Amino acid sequence: MLQTNLTHVTTANEWKKILEENENVMICCGRMGPMCIPVYGVMEDLEEEYKHVKFADMPFDSPESHVIRNAPEARGFMGLPFTFYYKNGKVVKATSSIQNEQQVRSILDDQFGENNQ
Amino acid sequence: MENNRFDVIVLGGGPAGLTSAIYLSRARLRTLVLNIGTAGGQMVLTHEVVNYPGVESTSGYALANTMKKQAKSFGAVLKNIASIQQLKLDRDLKQVISSDGTIYESDAVILATGGRSRELGVEGERQFKGKGISYCATCDGEFFTDKEIIVIGGGNSALEEAVSLTKYASHITIVHQFDYFQAFEYAVEEAKQNAKISFKLSSVISQFKGGDSFEGALIKDVNTGEETFLPASGAFIFIGYQPNTEILKDVVTLNKWGEIVVDRDMKTSLEGVYAAGDAIAKRYRQITTSVGEATVAALSTAGWLHEQRRKKVSVVS
Repeated sequence: MLQTNLTHVTTANEWKKILEENENVMICCGRMGPMCIPVYGVMEDLEEEYKHVKFADMPFDSPESHVIRNAPEARGFMGLPFTFYYKNGKVVKATSSIQNEQQVRSILDDQFGENNQ
Repeated sequence: MENNRFDVIVLGGGPAGLTSAIYLSRARLRTLVLNIGTAGGQMVLTHEVVNYPGVESTSGYALANTMKKQAKSFGAVLKNIASIQQLKLDRDLKQVISSDGTIYESDAVILATGGRSRELGVEGERQFKGKGISYCATCDGEFFTDKEIIVIGGGNSALEEAVSLTKYASHITIVHQFDYFQAFEYAVEEAKQNAKISFKLSSVISQFKGGDSFEGALIKDVNTGEETFLPASGAFIFIGYQPNTEILKDVVTLNKWGEIVVDRDMKTSLEGVYAAGDAIAKRYRQITTSVGEATVAALSTAGWLHEQRRKKVSVVS
């Protein structure tokens, strides 16, 4: 399990359930490395503000993470973490490597509406 | 309405900023830490910290969280902001204006803005970030198994990471702008003796190229100006560090590398403004040096504030 304060998704079934139960989901699939930790930090900081989004992490090296690692949207990705954004269970955006707060906010606002909605 | 008036504003929430906040808050000074990004600074990027005195082993992330908790427990206010729009520090009542227009005011400021990995700044770098271009060998090396890659840089990080990448890559070309390396001799020798590594010195990257995927880089000979295309599946960039001081350019005195110039009390060129951590001009950058400097900066700030307030009282009476 990753050492973050986010909701942890550890199995493909949990991943399926979180997508079924939440309209807007952001999952960061990574390790505890220098490119991944900043993204978890951004997510933890934004969680309180973006109440209409479910934030979670998933360990990259787990076999169960094939649902993200092998997703078509991850083709060509060669940098951790793989960060996926889902709306009603469908991928609306996916990024590779580190993203800063402004970049994450921009995607959240574009895909899930502003945080006051 | 939120009260945005403080005794001290600390810019930066890394080890220097958090240490300053601990000392200032314990001195009963109303302290605000304004941070951009993940609190903890570069420390959170360190997987294992084994040389912090009194702590045998911990992760940078855990150490940062403890420092954060400690600062808050003494009353420091920690706020995340997207960016700083403007600084007005050359006056008695200093102002920090964030990008959302909020104005934070204080009598003193500590600059602890830290640093970050340097980007090359060439065309294609942002386009292929995470899709061929990386800044972390341990994170991304395995994506390049049996592939040819480029490593850019000539210091210890570049040479050591290139050697570590030979676990995965079929071949590595180290591209460096000078005809000599700045790395320690042992790192240079180890790289030179590795059969998977070749070198292109006196060369710079002028562009990263590719379509849907990364295809390679245009490499320019700095002496002749001649450009050649080097095909590769990826590129790792290790060209050093830069201080986060762009916003301070016309605010306090910086040296030619953009580092904040301070005296032994961590005082900058402005009255009531102190600095600590990786953004200041210094030789060694460690968590412990940042913590030490921040302690001095906080105590100097507290002493200065006390003196200013004492003078005001004397004038009145």
